[in-house]
Amino acid sequence: MILTTLEGVPGKEIIKHFGIVQGSTVRAKNIGKDILAGFKNLVGGELQGYTELLQEARQEALDRMIQQANSIGANAVVNVRFATSSIAQGAAELYVYGTAVRVQ
Amino acid sequence: MELFIILGLLCLGYFAGTYAERQHYKSIRKRERETASISVVTFGAKQEIPDAKDAKLFVGNVVISGDYFKMFISSLVNLFGGEMTLYRSLLDRGRREALLRLKQEAISWGGTKILNVRFETSRIGNQIGDDGLVSIEVIAYGTAIR
Repeated sequence: MILTTLEGVPGKEIIKHFGIVQGSTVRAKNIGKDILAGFKNLVGGELQGYTELLQEARQEALDRMIQQANSIGANAVVNVRFATSSIAQGAAELYVYGTAVRVQ
Repeated sequence: MELFIILGLLCLGYFAGTYAERQHYKSIRKRERETASISVVTFGAKQEIPDAKDAKLFVGNVVISGDYFKMFISSLVNLFGGEMTLYRSLLDRGRREALLRLKQEAISWGGTKILNVRFETSRIGNQIGDDGLVSIEVIAYGTAIR
């Protein structure tokens, strides 16, 4: 599966469009990491635990999108975009969407 | 007694935070020089697609948080308005760090150019101290070609 943020795939021609595919995940924070982050908050800087947590979650959203694209017979997703929103206290939704296509 | 705790936290936030920020900027500048070889552009979607053998989506992310001192001063600035330079440097660090991670990944994959780069920022609420201690997630993503 080829993913790009462009309107096509470099070096390949699009032969069929399948429309929007999307993937999302809603994640809550983990208490242990939150306490550590609370301490880290005092001195500032990167919160590595969260960086990893969100990275994994985003990968999961991507995987779901890829799965959907696979199931309709696409072999690439173009114009991929990410969006993040806070849903509730301590929970965030990571959302990814794009256009599924078939390239040569 | 409470005043001492707050003062202690302020000092800790100020000294540790300033030190960490300086170190971080130093590392950012160093890595920016190292990764200067790859070109990064924000266009690429609405024009002819460049010819390349391979294309791949890359994402760089970072969660960054301000220190106690910054948050305290910011809450004071809040009363009068005006530019919040303390937050600006925090976001600047976050953006540059996210972009650096994107570039580093693309370089290790063998990319020569990163097209159509987008940034996104979101606030991550913290259970502890939702009174102003914020963490911010910055992501940078784009298509690398080789």
